[in-house]
Amino acid sequence: MATVAGRNRLPRFNFATYFKKNGRNVIAPSAALVVALICWELFSAVTQSLPGPIQVIRETWDPLIICPFYVGNQAWGLNGLSGGDVGLGWQAIASLIRVSIGYSLAAMVGIFVGVLVGASRLLYRAVDPMFQVLRTVPPLAWLPIALAIFRDSGPAGIFIIFVTAIWPIIYNTAVGVQQMPQDYKNVAKVLRLSGKEYFFSILLPSIVPYMLTGLRLGIGLAWLAIVAAEMLRGDTGIGFFIWNSYNSGNLSEVILALFYIGMIGFLLDRLVGAIASFVAADH
Amino acid sequence: MTAQILTSPKSALAKPGDPYLELDGISKVYPTANGPFTVMEDITLTVQEGEFVCVIGHSGCGKTTLLNMVSGFAQPTTGEVRLQGQRITRPGPDRMVVFQNYALLPWKTAFENVYLAVDAVQPERPRREKLEIVREHLAMVGLEEAMHKKPGQLSGGMKQRVAIARALSIRPQVLILDEPFGALDAITKEELQEELLKIWTEHQVTVMMITHDIDEALFLADRIVMMTNGPHARIGEIMAVPFPRPRDRARLMEDPYYYTLRNQALDFLYSRYAHHE
Repeated sequence: MATVAGRNRLPRFNFATYFKKNGRNVIAPSAALVVALICWELFSAVTQSLPGPIQVIRETWDPLIICPFYVGNQAWGLNGLSGGDVGLGWQAIASLIRVSIGYSLAAMVGIFVGVLVGASRLLYRAVDPMFQVLRTVPPLAWLPIALAIFRDSGPAGIFIIFVTAIWPIIYNTAVGVQQMPQDYKNVAKVLRLSGKEYFFSILLPSIVPYMLTGLRLGIGLAWLAIVAAEMLRGDTGIGFFIWNSYNSGNLSEVILALFYIGMIGFLLDRLVGAIASFVAADH
Repeated sequence: MTAQILTSPKSALAKPGDPYLELDGISKVYPTANGPFTVMEDITLTVQEGEFVCVIGHSGCGKTTLLNMVSGFAQPTTGEVRLQGQRITRPGPDRMVVFQNYALLPWKTAFENVYLAVDAVQPERPRREKLEIVREHLAMVGLEEAMHKKPGQLSGGMKQRVAIARALSIRPQVLILDEPFGALDAITKEELQEELLKIWTEHQVTVMMITHDIDEALFLADRIVMMTNGPHARIGEIMAVPFPRPRDRARLMEDPYYYTLRNQALDFLYSRYAHHE
């Protein structure tokens, strides 16, 4: 038996013991969900303002729920997938592409600016008040400004995501630079590292955990901005889908899209969180 | 006890009257709200090439500040520090420091930590040779097995070994150690002391080391610099430690002169300059 124990074998999965241990973690959220759904159903039955959960599922079952990647008849317009008669899976992918462009730009610019602002106390003092004010501006408020700058809803939408996601990335990176242990700086000084070596061997790796915190907050905000970014776009995206469904009076579709947005936002957060804990394991 | 063994073999090679590391009339004054605060003053010390000097004193006497002025991290308010006649103005690899808390980069393995130093100091050297230097120095401190582990996976003693390997890999002229073994358990501490002595003999490096531990200083040093309490700390006494080298801890403990010196140092630290909080 010693040989078996020596190998790193996973213990056999036992559903009964798993349930005994984690039963509460499954039962409690399920119960809360059921209670919330009942409240929602009662609320809509009494006020007649919103479709209840049952109605939402009934109205969106075919094709939106059962077939997230269907393509409708009029979908293939001049711009490829346009006009909106496609499954929510496609809409979500269109939104994710848009978010990833805006977010990547925010990450690059944010880390660059964050390093600069963190490295120079004077620069930090100079821009901090301005950034503190700008970062509280909600995504929707940027919409007219973005349209005025870009005169096109495509880049304007990406700009809104960019400008919403960039602040926590800047601030956390800057704090990372400011909090860098003196020991690391002393090593760099005594070895007289060149600027390039200092940046890549010491500064950048030492701020990675802070940067990842900023990136994680940033992805949440970028996804929050998606509806604002897509509201005026007449072609694709989950934000567009919501706005389109609202304009055609289909609240069940809106609610289903909200569910999608919530789930995708949750998964994005977990994804960046998982990457963060993987990369930051050494720190 | 002949005059021969009063100095280490290497300092015997240096021309007499040829100072290597000089601390010349140093004081350090910090301006504060209540006027200038003098940490230390009137410090003059000459260290010979290849000498092992320990600095001992109560906390707050400015030992670390003193070593920081040798390494170049701090500047004296008056006076100057010279290495081979050159005034020290900033840190440099010729005066490598083994920092109090190791100062290893946690995202690099032991090997990469040492490589960073070797590469920074001799960038033009072929990569193969640099790798060989790193391997050789890690082997010297007994870390062949663990050289590809990151500091987080190493014990305190092993981290200190990496820090020592890193410091020696760049062939400094002066090795500066700030209480290097303070955080280690007694056994690891003794092991590392012995290894440090072995390496010091092989590398012919000049060492300045801060310690709190009189036995450690007596085992390692050629001379012990004892500082009075701050503020206005000075060099109170310089004790020559004339035991022959290589030193053997057990034999040292049997030497009655060891206890004479030990009592003298204890008397200095705990009677004449007892620390009153």
